[in-house]
Amino acid sequence: MIIARVIGNVVATQKQESHEGKKILLLQPIDLDDQPMGDVVVALDAADAGVGDRVLAVQEGFSAMTSVGHTESPIDAAVIGVIDAVTLTEELP
Amino acid sequence: MYLGKVIGCVVSSVKNEVLEGKKLLLVRRLPNGPVVVAIDAVGAGAGETVYVCRGREASFAFKPEEVPTEATVVAIVDAIERQ
Repeated sequence: MIIARVIGNVVATQKQESHEGKKILLLQPIDLDDQPMGDVVVALDAADAGVGDRVLAVQEGFSAMTSVGHTESPIDAAVIGVIDAVTLTEELP
Repeated sequence: MYLGKVIGCVVSSVKNEVLEGKKLLLVRRLPNGPVVVAIDAVGAGAGETVYVCRGREASFAFKPEEVPTEATVVAIVDAIERQ
């Protein structure tokens, strides 16, 4: 799973039917210092997240599909939680 | 999944029989990523912004057909609302 910042919404009228009725979010993966890390991804929302939220996202098919309640559908990424806080018990190298 | 722009298509006459009738699109990952060949599931065309599903899940767009694909165009993007 990854930590990401929701940076936008995607609007699509013509889409695969399993994506209908779901919010489509644009995520920027971030590191623990809130710095962008890697490429922007598109994910379906399964946690009622919105723009600006720091979220927990999955990037693997089975977990993404089950989180939005559509097994065997073309979904490979989903937001599964909104992060309130991250606590580190050790300094990062 | 990721955002991409359709920059062309691929024509193949001799191919796996389940690929017959499927449109093969060339999609560049936005903003400046690599170009991949993806199968179209929504009627996308050249110049359109789309998003692409990858991996084994990509073939579920054609259920119950079992299509050998690792990238499928699953939506045409109308608008992106950014912060």
